Amino acid sequence: MTFTIPIDNGDAVKNAEADSQRTLYPYVTGTSIVAIKYKDGVLMASDMGGSYGSTLRYKNIERVKAIGKHSLLGASGEISDFQEILRYLDELVLNDNMWDDGNSFGPKEVHNYLTRVMYNRRNKFNPLWNTLVLGGVKNGESYLGMVSMIGVSFEDNHVATGFGNHLARPILRDEWRADLSFEEGVKLLEKCMRVLLYRDRSAINKLQIAKITEEGVTVSQPYSLKTFWEFQAFHNPTAGAQGSW
Amino acid sequence: MTKQHANWSPYDNNGGTCVAIAGSDYCVIAADTRMSTGYSILTRDYSKIHKLADKAVLSSSGFQADVKALQKVLKSRHLVYQHQHNKQMSCPAMAQLLSNTLYFKRFFPYYAFNVLGGLDEQGKGCVFTYDAVGSYEKVGYSAQGSGSTLIMPFLDNQLKSPSPLLLPAQDAITPLSEPEAVDLVKTVFASATERDIYTGDKLEIMILKADGIRTEVMDLRKD
Repeated sequence: MTFTIPIDNGDAVKNAEADSQRTLYPYVTGTSIVAIKYKDGVLMASDMGGSYGSTLRYKNIERVKAIGKHSLLGASGEISDFQEILRYLDELVLNDNMWDDGNSFGPKEVHNYLTRVMYNRRNKFNPLWNTLVLGGVKNGESYLGMVSMIGVSFEDNHVATGFGNHLARPILRDEWRADLSFEEGVKLLEKCMRVLLYRDRSAINKLQIAKITEEGVTVSQPYSLKTFWEFQAFHNPTAGAQGSW
Repeated sequence: MTKQHANWSPYDNNGGTCVAIAGSDYCVIAADTRMSTGYSILTRDYSKIHKLADKAVLSSSGFQADVKALQKVLKSRHLVYQHQHNKQMSCPAMAQLLSNTLYFKRFFPYYAFNVLGGLDEQGKGCVFTYDAVGSYEKVGYSAQGSGSTLIMPFLDNQLKSPSPLLLPAQDAITPLSEPEAVDLVKTVFASATERDIYTGDKLEIMILKADGIRTEVMDLRKD
């Protein structure tokens, strides 16, 4: 079902600021996040690009962050909205710590909180333009979930946002297993990220893979994947079709 | 200055089908476990069935974020009811609450297509079927969601419910036994899965009886 709702903020002449208060389009965006559960926890991969429309404006954006002791948050979509969400979560974790009761939010709780935040913003017609991936481990149990900008949420053994949903998920559906070792998990994620690099216009060859286990969070240093462009067809692209252009 | 139009929709259809059949002393509620968006599958393992009270089970398809919010509202209202009345809500009471809750958002609806199943105060099976804004009806069986148009006519044929115009009113509850009803549910879902792209993966069936709830899971085609 599709319908567009005209946003009426009252008289735009008298109330000129109101229209600029709502998010209508994203500006600086991050592309896919791909994440999987593995034997000891969760692995999450993202590249470090921030696109400004078709320009690759920023090449050092960390789109995966640790939240509290037990969770990892990855975001695609509008980067400024992601930063806003990190501020909300800072406050959430701070209040959690201030209770000082030996308890701390696990990934399920953070995922639920984010789902409510995204849904409530959608209800006010002012969405946070992100698709979020929330992974974590608490008390030996791994958790991996996703929330979209209109509040649709679910959990699964592997998730991917944006183009990752189309290009990476099929690979994961075929090759994911519950008992993947860390090395196997990284190889699987790299396979997905390589496909995305070849086929997603907004992907860049600079990625980070974050790992979360019962022990804690580790975010790898940025690195790049080996790619292959030496196909014969690329060497002389017009060989098969001589023409004026 | 022209009004600005939003270039996103607050709604999405995550697909799926829900069915419920009422029997003389049982109620069968079933739904597939596929969650989709557009032409993509988000997950193959998402439950659309939610137990609200001991004798009332809700199954909803449509926009999953609205469904989740609706479930939370009903769960919270049920808790308050239990505190105030020192008992669980009956299925007909929950049916009215659901209708009111849906109509409350008449001008920004919950995009949820609901089937409520359970046992009434006499222990007989009851099924209530809804539209997105709360109009509801007690029926003997119902299907909602993306595969409903494929399933409903077949149920009409197999369950042969009496005309609602008859006087005295005849009960629409099926005389089928519980195993027969469960088998019918499995058959209709297998068929709907063939032709509805949004239905498939797994079928979750909940059978409510006076002594408790039993759950069965069956594989469906994954394509």
